[in-house]
Amino acid sequence: MNFLNLFSIFLGALLINNIILMRFIGLCSFFGVSDRLKNSFGMSAAVFFVMTLATIVSWPVYQFVLKPLNVEFLRTVSFILIIASLVQLVEIFMKKYFKHLYRALGIYLPLITTNCAILAVAFLNIDYKYTILEAIVYTWGVAAGYTLAIILFASVRERLVLAPIPKFIEGYPVVLFTAAMMSIAFMGFTGLFGIR
Amino acid sequence: METLINGIVFLGGAGLLFGLGLSYVARKFATPLNPIEESLIKILPGANCGACGFPGCGAYAESLAVGQSEPGRCPVISPEVNKDISKILGKEIFETGRKTAVIFCGGGLNCKDKFSYDGIYDCAIASNYFGGEKECEWGCLAFGTCSKVCAFGAITWEKGKVPVIDIDKCTACGLCVKACPKKIIHLQKCQFNFHIMCSSRDKGARVRQICKPGCIGCGICVKICPKNDIMMENNLASMKYNVCDNCGFCEQKCPTKSIVKNKKFES
Repeated sequence: MNFLNLFSIFLGALLINNIILMRFIGLCSFFGVSDRLKNSFGMSAAVFFVMTLATIVSWPVYQFVLKPLNVEFLRTVSFILIIASLVQLVEIFMKKYFKHLYRALGIYLPLITTNCAILAVAFLNIDYKYTILEAIVYTWGVAAGYTLAIILFASVRERLVLAPIPKFIEGYPVVLFTAAMMSIAFMGFTGLFGIR
Repeated sequence: METLINGIVFLGGAGLLFGLGLSYVARKFATPLNPIEESLIKILPGANCGACGFPGCGAYAESLAVGQSEPGRCPVISPEVNKDISKILGKEIFETGRKTAVIFCGGGLNCKDKFSYDGIYDCAIASNYFGGEKECEWGCLAFGTCSKVCAFGAITWEKGKVPVIDIDKCTACGLCVKACPKKIIHLQKCQFNFHIMCSSRDKGARVRQICKPGCIGCGICVKICPKNDIMMENNLASMKYNVCDNCGFCEQKCPTKSIVKNKKFES
């Protein structure tokens, strides 16, 4: 039962409430980095990494520090502070000891330190009153959803470059149309299994 | 009141802690940059425009420092700075790989008209009417569309004449290459000064009738070129741009003066 619950949380975050195509969070990086498949892989890896890190840190901070001190209203600013400094810290270590990983994640790691998607996951974990295990599974679901959306989108965009597109919607307009159609397609998942 | 104090203490404490911690860690675990890379980053413009093919100036500097790429890929910096880069790297002064657009047509007013065109002044539109008003199927229509699309003001155009490209201002962005409906603008390296300003594949006799400076395909330049860097194809001589050393024999011997010396790029 417990496992099934976790699975439904994961699937719900992956498909039904896909962070980009259903919640429309994290769109800036979605449009900015999806021009090439290679870039979007790097971005997804960085998102996966930072999201997991953010959940692992922000959940205990909220439950064991903010709540007892009765300062829940500070969660936005404190999450930003904590996640940003933590990512900076990890980046310094990574640059020193894991040069390859640092290079693979590249510019995307500092770029998304407090990307809206990352912050949203940290908040949603708390709003949904998840336990730490559920929160981590939810985070992975969201990160997988981000990866799914951006990789599908980048594959489409790579073909859009070669497609004969009318001049007046060339560039970002046609990209936005494409994203809208993908979003509509994902709305088909709504109500699947009756999961939130 | 208690909430307020708690909030201030928590946020201030956390901020101080993280700030101090980060600065300590940053110093303790600092990765020493390659000194060459560091000095290169200072010279490079820092615009992170990506024209060199790398994600930013830092990535280009890194690749330069380890010798994986050559100087001269940055179109933003001046040639002097490019020389400085070569100096820092300890390489001999690199012939900048800078390119410029060249319009391969010398026609303009010298090329006869088929009919009198009285439509919209735009090459793309004019070329839709029987290929434009010029007798020459390949010739420049001289409506200056390329000068309109140029974002750097490098192309000057006078009515009826083939536009002139200012080699110093041209950044080889390729906008004019795309805009030209006749496809006679190409990017060439600035190091080559001589260009055969004709794209006509017509037979010599016809070219002679309609266009004074057109290439008639006589083949003198092909024979005379000491480096064997000119080829003849479809009644049109064209430079191969491989080993040309700008000797200029071809310019002197060309009977129709189709070969023109470009303004030298000050590098």
